[in-house]
Amino acid sequence: MKSFFGKMYLTLVLIFLYAPIATLMILSFNQSKSRSHWGGFTLEWYTGLFENEEIMAAFRTTIILAFLSALIATILGTAACTGMQFMKKRERSFIMGITNIPMLNADIVTGVSLMLLFIASRVSMGFSTVLLSHITFNIPYVILSVMPRYRELNRSTYEAALDLGAEPVYAFFRVVLPDLMSAVLSGFLMSFTMSLDDFIITHFTQGPGFDTLSTKIYSEVKKGINPEVYALSTIMFLTVLVLLFFVNYKPWGKQPTGQIKVMTKREVIVSSSGRGGRL
Amino acid sequence: MNERRNSFLAAPYLVWSIGFILIPLIYILYFAFTDASGTFTIGNVSAIISYVNIRALMLSILFSIASTFICLLLAYPLCLILTTVTSSSSAFLSLIFILPMWMNSLLRTFAWQNILERKGVINGILLFLHLPPLYIINKPPAILLGMVYDFLPFMVLPIYNSVSRIDKDLINAGRDLGADYFQILKGIIWPLSLPGVISGITMVFVPSLTTFVISDILGGGKILLIGNVIEQLFTQDSDWNAGAGLSAILMIFIVFSMIITAKYDREDIS
Amino acid sequence: MIKKLISVLMILSLSFMMISCGHPDGTASGEDTLYVYNWGEYIDPEVLTMFEEETGIEVIYDEYETNEIMYPRIEAGAVVYDLVCPSDYMISKMRENGLLQEIDMDNIPNLKNIGEDYWKNSEEFDPGNRYSVPYVWGTVGILYNKSMVHEKVDSWKILWDEKYKDEILMQDSVRDAFMVAERLLGYSMNTTDEDELQEAKELLMAQKPIVQAYVVDQVRDKMIGNEAALGVIYSGEAIYTQRENPDLEYVIPKEGTNVWIDSWVIPKNARHKKNAEKFIDFLCRPDIAYMNFDYITYSTPNVPGRELIEDEDIRNSPIAYPVLSDYELETYIYLGEKADRHLNDLWREVKSY
Repeated sequence: MKSFFGKMYLTLVLIFLYAPIATLMILSFNQSKSRSHWGGFTLEWYTGLFENEEIMAAFRTTIILAFLSALIATILGTAACTGMQFMKKRERSFIMGITNIPMLNADIVTGVSLMLLFIASRVSMGFSTVLLSHITFNIPYVILSVMPRYRELNRSTYEAALDLGAEPVYAFFRVVLPDLMSAVLSGFLMSFTMSLDDFIITHFTQGPGFDTLSTKIYSEVKKGINPEVYALSTIMFLTVLVLLFFVNYKPWGKQPTGQIKVMTKREVIVSSSGRGGRL
Repeated sequence: MNERRNSFLAAPYLVWSIGFILIPLIYILYFAFTDASGTFTIGNVSAIISYVNIRALMLSILFSIASTFICLLLAYPLCLILTTVTSSSSAFLSLIFILPMWMNSLLRTFAWQNILERKGVINGILLFLHLPPLYIINKPPAILLGMVYDFLPFMVLPIYNSVSRIDKDLINAGRDLGADYFQILKGIIWPLSLPGVISGITMVFVPSLTTFVISDILGGGKILLIGNVIEQLFTQDSDWNAGAGLSAILMIFIVFSMIITAKYDREDIS
Repeated sequence: MIKKLISVLMILSLSFMMISCGHPDGTASGEDTLYVYNWGEYIDPEVLTMFEEETGIEVIYDEYETNEIMYPRIEAGAVVYDLVCPSDYMISKMRENGLLQEIDMDNIPNLKNIGEDYWKNSEEFDPGNRYSVPYVWGTVGILYNKSMVHEKVDSWKILWDEKYKDEILMQDSVRDAFMVAERLLGYSMNTTDEDELQEAKELLMAQKPIVQAYVVDQVRDKMIGNEAALGVIYSGEAIYTQRENPDLEYVIPKEGTNVWIDSWVIPKNARHKKNAEKFIDFLCRPDIAYMNFDYITYSTPNVPGRELIEDEDIRNSPIAYPVLSDYELETYIYLGEKADRHLNDLWREVKSY
């Protein structure tokens, strides 16, 4: 009986979570451009999508932005974590304190603060300012993903490599980095996802002729959404779904927390704070 | 590892974080406490007590308390259920709860407009069942729903993490001692899951307090939250000083929540 | 396992990059570009393509929702556009604040196609016609759904009728919202009299409980989708919405309304003035003006362009081309920085009420 209620509850929550997504998917096949009535089944939005230069440009910008910002943030963040290992505890806490600011700050405040910085320094807003902003809010995700791993790292292998005459740099790349790799990559992925979905910070730091999918969608929400946007998000969503399904299929449930960590937004905070790692 | 000079590796990030995290925040404070001509004033910050701003702030606080509370209410039983199912399907289930985040959040929020509209999905179903229509679009319940929808995962994940880490032996021991389910829940599970609950609360509270997107999309421009006021001051009135003044007020709330989490972390360690 | 997931996603993102190698942004700074900042859905995209093909100039095109959103971006100077299309009162604001530069009218031979009347009207906000070239014009009125409203609609008054609770869409832009209240009260839409403004504010507050939503461009889709019975809308949207939903009807209320002109202007800091003038000239070509009209359905001031409209009902439509002397019409004028801010504050009071 209890499990019946449990299942029922799960189902209701799932309906709640997926109703909007199902709605969007259905709308992507709706012939009528108006979202309030069904005009018959069509694939025209899917074919039209690839010819719609505006949406494709926004899509390209979004992907390039996400990739570049995640990449740069990963490099800077990993280097910072490595550097911090050689610091005194107090210095380290200072840096970690700054790192926590963008994670806990409201997006609107972060966005506004960066906008004021760019305005005051008379930088012309565009791709570069948005890229700088994305890197800024991405680095903490990398750091909070890599730092805990450093703590778990076995220092003796690195020291053994040094004792055997390896250069520190060589020892780092051959011994330390491979151990860090999964944390580094999950930091990268998290940054990628955060950048992909960001609207608020981009909204405040964007310039002319610049649109990511999010800002494009926001302006379309105001004037009536082009169904091709539904088609694009359906494709993106299904791609991720299929990917995750395949990756998860074999080692079913072997390492559930690991999977979550790779995919979620603020889960780093959660996991690191759970371990008492936040300084 | 005693080569202190290696700490230079952190230098690029240190410079970066000062340039793009600290200095921008100082700019907010600078703009907040000056007027357009650059002279000192507290008018931008004290503007919070004007009728419009204080009302927007109060409304935002009410909304975020309500959405945090509802998220907690929904998430807690959900996490309990998730941990009772076998581990393989629980991995699958947690995947299912995260998956929606891969669709653009603006679009998902916008989809609620379609669902809640007067001629939308829900009213279509109600009409079909000959039930009276439900008009909540552009009203407070719609915004609340949007907030709960958008931020529920932030509540589910931390709670799930801490609940799933609870040692099963503890629960079994409690049961052996004759405690019923609610006693176990109250005496063992709840206290041990508190870290997750607190991080969930801060993670839902701050974004609901400061959102302008949800109220924009689901509120029909009829409900002004503090985020909307700030957004309009920046993008429509181009009154950066006034906007920065209100942002500075928001920072107080954020610092407050940082202190709570930091304090909590320390307790967790000990 | 994580590694596997990550590598798959890495490959995916890389392959996304491969398909998508192109300009990451539009900040190409070459000579052959033109930055245009226009209202949403305010040009036939085909026109942009044609212009690019004919001249080899790449157009980088952005949209805004209201004059008030556009202004700060131009003023901040962080965003540099070559061509913007504000409304009358906003043009005088930009002109007075030194944000515009004179257009070299000799570079635009097609100017002769713009009707004499429109130049004369433009004098109100651009004395001497030195800064602006009319693009489209129209009125603000009520769009209503005949299947839901069974009475004669001829007054702003109906937007305060309790009968239509939750069936009314108001414009979410300061000037248009206040205009409605001010005209209903019999005041000028350019009033700065504190008592009159307060009265208008009170009236808008009284209306708020029966308003379904304050929106701008969404009025169109919501009216087409039968989401609301009455909406305040620009005349240019009327023809389009009627095409989509024949139940819709547009009226100019008897208390009078705003007649507006949106014109092209060149911001002071524009980097491609010559290209901007070429673009204006292109838009003033009759065939292009006609193409635009057919797409956006806003009235064009281009006389030979209007002649190209085949459907006589539309060419002489009282919606697109009303006999102006039949109505009490007024154009917005710029009220000055202080009054502007005050109006914004009053509007926020209404919206937060």
